[in-house]
Amino acid sequence: MGNLSLFLQHLTNGISLGSLYALIAIGYTMVYGILRLINFAHGDIFMLGVYLTYFGILYTAIPWWLMFIIGPALTGVVGLLLERVAYKPLRDSPRITILISAIGASFLLQNLGIVLFGGRPRAFPVPHILNHVVKVRGVSINVITFIIPVVTILLLIGLNYFITKTKTGMAMRALSRDYETASLMGIDINRIISVTFFMGSFLAAVGGIMWGARYPQLMPLMGVMPGLKSFIAAVVGGIGNIAGAVAGGFLLGLGEIMLVALLPRLTGYRDAFAFVVLIIILLFKPAGLMGSTQTEKV
Amino acid sequence: MRDKRRTDLIALAALVCTVVVLLLANRYLDDYKIRIINLSGIYVTLGLSMNLINGFTGLFSLGHAGFMAVGAYTVALLTMPIPMKEMNFFFQPIVPWLANVEVGFLPALLAAGLISAFLGVLIGAPVLRLRDDYLAIATLGFAEIIRVVFTNTQSLTNGALGLKGIPNYTNTWWSWGVAFFTIWFVSFLIRGSYGKAFMAIREDEVAAEAMGINLFKHKVLSFAFASFFAGIAGGLLASLLGTIDPNMFRITLTFNILLIVVLGGLGRIAGTVVAAVIVTVMMEALRFLDESINLGFIQLKGIPGMRMVVFSIILILVVLLRKEGLFTRLKGRESSYAEN
Amino acid sequence: MKRIGLALLVLILACSSWVGLAFAQPIKIGVFEPMTGPSAAGGEMTVEGIELAWEIKPEVLGRPVEIIVVDNKSDKVEAANAVSRLIERDQVVAIIGSYGSSLSMAAGDIVKQKQIPAVGCSPTNPLVTLNNDYYFRVCFIDPFQGTVMASYAVNELGAKTAAVIQDVTQDYSVGLAKYFIDAFRKLTGNPNSIVEISSYNTGDQDFTAQLTNVKNKNPDVIFAPGNYGESALLIRQARDLGIDVPFLGGDTWEAPEFLSIGGEAVEGAVFSTHFTAEAPVTAESGYFLDAYRQKYGKEANAFAALGYDAYMVILDVIEKVGSADPQAIRDGLAEVKGFVGATGVISLDENGDAVKSAVINKVENGRFVYLTTVEPEF
Repeated sequence: MGNLSLFLQHLTNGISLGSLYALIAIGYTMVYGILRLINFAHGDIFMLGVYLTYFGILYTAIPWWLMFIIGPALTGVVGLLLERVAYKPLRDSPRITILISAIGASFLLQNLGIVLFGGRPRAFPVPHILNHVVKVRGVSINVITFIIPVVTILLLIGLNYFITKTKTGMAMRALSRDYETASLMGIDINRIISVTFFMGSFLAAVGGIMWGARYPQLMPLMGVMPGLKSFIAAVVGGIGNIAGAVAGGFLLGLGEIMLVALLPRLTGYRDAFAFVVLIIILLFKPAGLMGSTQTEKV
Repeated sequence: MRDKRRTDLIALAALVCTVVVLLLANRYLDDYKIRIINLSGIYVTLGLSMNLINGFTGLFSLGHAGFMAVGAYTVALLTMPIPMKEMNFFFQPIVPWLANVEVGFLPALLAAGLISAFLGVLIGAPVLRLRDDYLAIATLGFAEIIRVVFTNTQSLTNGALGLKGIPNYTNTWWSWGVAFFTIWFVSFLIRGSYGKAFMAIREDEVAAEAMGINLFKHKVLSFAFASFFAGIAGGLLASLLGTIDPNMFRITLTFNILLIVVLGGLGRIAGTVVAAVIVTVMMEALRFLDESINLGFIQLKGIPGMRMVVFSIILILVVLLRKEGLFTRLKGRESSYAEN
Repeated sequence: MKRIGLALLVLILACSSWVGLAFAQPIKIGVFEPMTGPSAAGGEMTVEGIELAWEIKPEVLGRPVEIIVVDNKSDKVEAANAVSRLIERDQVVAIIGSYGSSLSMAAGDIVKQKQIPAVGCSPTNPLVTLNNDYYFRVCFIDPFQGTVMASYAVNELGAKTAAVIQDVTQDYSVGLAKYFIDAFRKLTGNPNSIVEISSYNTGDQDFTAQLTNVKNKNPDVIFAPGNYGESALLIRQARDLGIDVPFLGGDTWEAPEFLSIGGEAVEGAVFSTHFTAEAPVTAESGYFLDAYRQKYGKEANAFAALGYDAYMVILDVIEKVGSADPQAIRDGLAEVKGFVGATGVISLDENGDAVKSAVINKVENGRFVYLTTVEPEF
């Protein structure tokens, strides 16, 4: 393997991983933009999305591509309900209580996952067209690596349209700018927040499905690490900022891969890398790389 | 003033009662129950130390597992007999400066607390200016970093192999002695000017600063105390179990402590003590939820994991319905968590 | 007359129930295994084997045996609680468990203090039985397994170089890797024959960076012991990256999920294990295999077989020493020589570790196929 193709292979791996972080980070950033709340359960919603899709594909006659839409939609409903039950009653409470509730919800989903789906891993039935390898000049690339950015871009375009052109989207932006004023302007806050959670969870599930297609192992705790890392990606990019979340995701993915590539002795420390990045960013640029007080928050 | 004296009297009565109970327990209860009593004591210390920072100072920290790990490893490496160390480190020899050290339990515990506190200051100084949710993630990140580092430093911690043969010094006197010291210390702290400052920070940071409270100093101090007790509790746990490994100190451990703090009420001392005991006992008592239940005519298959589902639901319900915790009257006298 | 008859009947009934009671006093054997948490799969498989063994042999010395299974939640503190509870509350005379060496170690001090013998099914970390006269195990330990695979790589595959990818958070994986590396260097006579040592953490799902590094070093074989889920993903990604050298691993790979998650990619993967469903190593294994198939409707795996053996060896000892006294059982266990179990002929050495043969399996057409048996060196 030549040095160039070795580097290109690492680069490809990094982009592939980064695009997944980016996809999941969008959901995080959206909810944060509106509610200023870290949804600790986001990673577990992600897990739920994959499992729902998995069972749909396995036990119903629905074709997989349709299930890739129904699964996230169902997950969106769960996310919406979660907000109604665990977050809404606490909207005016100290932030610490709502955070505790979020952590409780996260543990509840994980353990429900164990009870309902069993602790043993399952194999995600990946359609072949999503998961096979093509070789470009000695560099192996899984087609899913091309598909994930396409999905991400499509979602971004859709999201952008929704936010800038629809009434609900504009209400969302108003809400994220100024919660109090928005409610005075007659915006139905409950509805907007529900929509936000639905969309955030929908995005988490789409991210989960893509994750499952790339790493076809389903486990009740599978959402924890991707969830934390995508959150870090969102913070790195400037939380509340969608473009920032995407950039942060790619940076984190590339960084993790390059750490191993350049410092092979430190492979065992790879999981700590993301947290070190997080802490450094928080200390020196708390608003994130692309975040500033003036950027448009979704 | 009379109020204070009354509280002191109650505290003294509680102390005497506990000593009597422990004496009786050591005499009449089996080792399994003694183990649960030990664990309860350790969880009282842990709960109070987390409450000091999360409840009284209002800083949302999720780093407890990391500080416990530091304390546990300190006690393990300091108290372990020298031949036992050699036996444990059969992969890679232990670093020379630790190989021939063997100290008593008390100095080891103190060292555990101090090293944890030192690390707490080191970590706290930069991150404590972050706001709630960022602080939560940053401290969680630190706990994870500590775990990853401990996993990879073979010659210091024996890595994933873990350590065994840690002398079992922990008994009910140690675990509850430390618990009582923690209760006394936290109450003392809260009654004094530091406690007032902590709570002022919790209620309104800007106002507190305007009143001349040094935010940085008080936050770091509160964090250091919390880490100190977390480290000691970690040491007690290591000595109780006799074996540790880095995988013990995951976020789930922090979650258990958080559960105690929330059930007992944020910023409540007595509530935390009661919650620590009840949660520890319930964790064992609720085992039947995981086991199969025989109703005579029908055998219900147990569902592994049901226990944690129940605990998560309880946590959410308490947060939603009784923010002041389960064991406090609504009109609490001291430091109720203000609604804002 | 009628009255006397009635009285007699009552008397007989009373007598028989009294006699029955005396005989019915069960011998209790405790089982602590992870039924929830990250190690749940292993615990579940082991308990299946133990339950099967109990169904086949539910009594000894004319007394019924009762097995009490407690969950240790894959958590050390819980494991210690569970064992303490088995000893104090349930008054068990012997203990079986646990999957996961660190969980077994949590029980070590307690069984030693309480002098209740414990038999581990699959904890392979040498520390488990070290300096503990009350802990035994029916499986071989990491040094043996790592060495077996190294000699297979060198002697059967003719490998000159190897790369190692270990799960740095698992004692099992780190242990196997260490002994593989030592043996491989010795066998090839080349201290540089291990071209790359890479690590990952349990729960990681992306291994492409580590694998790309490995690929660049061009090893003849890759030794990658670890959980079956992570390993299957790892091999999948390796094949995607165009790495086509053989993958070698350890006993944890023997799980149906390794095949379902790994799919075509794990074809040709070779691992050492305790047992094979293909070629019964003893008459007992054939018997066990049939019984398992009948009860659970699927093929048995190594963990079930080890659970089965742990139970059987305890019962065998109780029978031999003619007593269900914990101390007597311990002394009997220390003497076990040539016990014919489902996983082979088991002898317990002075540490309480089983000295027995290892089996090497290979994945072929989505099944585990038996390759060879490796005898231990005495």
